[in-house]
Amino acid sequence: MNTQTPNPSALIVECPSCADTVTLTRRPLCGEVVRCGGCAVELEVVSIEPLRVEEAPQVQEDWGE
Amino acid sequence: MRIAILHSRIRVEERLLAESFQARGIAFDLLDVRQAVFDIHEPGGLTEYDAVLERCISQTQAVAATRLFERFGIPCINTPAVIETCGDKLTTSLRLAESGVPTPRVRIALGGDSALHAVEQMGYPCVLKPATGSWGRLLARVHDRDAAEAVIEHKETLGGPQHGIFYVQEFIDKPGRDLRVFMVGDEAIAGIVRESEHWITNTARGGRAGRFDISADLAAVCRSAARAVGGGILAIDLLETRGGEVLVSEVNHTMEFRNSIQPTGVDIPGRIADFVIAAAQANAETIHA
Repeated sequence: MNTQTPNPSALIVECPSCADTVTLTRRPLCGEVVRCGGCAVELEVVSIEPLRVEEAPQVQEDWGE
Repeated sequence: MRIAILHSRIRVEERLLAESFQARGIAFDLLDVRQAVFDIHEPGGLTEYDAVLERCISQTQAVAATRLFERFGIPCINTPAVIETCGDKLTTSLRLAESGVPTPRVRIALGGDSALHAVEQMGYPCVLKPATGSWGRLLARVHDRDAAEAVIEHKETLGGPQHGIFYVQEFIDKPGRDLRVFMVGDEAIAGIVRESEHWITNTARGGRAGRFDISADLAAVCRSAARAVGGGILAIDLLETRGGEVLVSEVNHTMEFRNSIQPTGVDIPGRIADFVIAAAQANAETIHA
C-alpha cells in the first residue's frame, strides 16, 4: 500500500451533490467515505488517481457488525 | 505470504487493519468485493492468498464472498458459516442455548397473532428485535399491549419477509450499561463497558466506551459463546442483570473497534492481524507439508 502523500492539490475534489470544494486531509483509500462540508452528504472515494468521489450508498438493512 | 482483506466501504477499522499488516511487513490486498468477479470453477488469482480477513459492511456480501474463497480452500476469518450464524439473531440464540451459554429468554413467532401471544407470554416490558440487522437499529422496547400491537402491525405491513420472524427477548433491566468482550480465537483480548442514558447502549447509537477488566469466569463464558457460533474474531455483547448474572445477548462477526482501542489500551487491529497471519502460516504449512 502506498501511503506517500501526493501533491496536496490532488486531494481536492468537487462535491457531486452541491459542487462545493471538498479537501481531504490525507491520502484516502478507495472505498473510504468523506463528508462534504458544504451539504454534509457522504461521499465515497471511487478513484485515487485521479481523485474521484461519488455519493456514498445509503445504509442498507444488512449493514453492520 | 499474502492476505486478502475483503471490504466494501472502508471504515477507520479497515484502515487500521491495513496499517497493522503493513507494519508487520505482510503483503496484503484490499479487495473491494463490489468490484470482483468470481469463477466458481476456476480459482484464478484467489489462490495467491494464504488467508482472507473478511471486513465487508454488508453481511450478504460477506457471506457470498467468503463462500467463494472457502470453495478453493482458502481460510476465511471469519468463515461464512460464522457470519451467517452471527448475522441472524435467531440462529445465534439457538447456538448459544444449545451450548448452555447464559443468554436472555427468547420467544420466536412467525405471524402477527402469535407474535402478540409471544409478547404477552414474555411479559412487559420486553424487546422486539429484527432477526437480522445491527447497530441497534429497529429495536423496540414495548411496555404494554397497545405498543406491541403497533410495532407488530408496522413490521407486518412495512417490513420485508425477514420482519415476519418475530424475535421477542426478555428485557434485562441492566444498570445503564452493557459489556463487550473482544475475542480473538479463544482469547478475550479486551473488554469495554458501554454506558448510555438510553436503554440502547451501542456506541453506534451514542453509547460511551470505557475499559473494564475481564474476570476469568467472564472470559470462560465468552470463550463458550465464541465456540458456540463457530469461533474466530468476534465481539461478544453481554448484559448484566440486577442479580449479578451476566448474559450473552449477541455475537458480532465483523466487529467495529475504533472507539475501543484508546480506553482499553489494546492494539485490537494488531491482535487481529497477528491471528490472521498465524492462520495463513498454518495454511501454508499444510499445503507444503
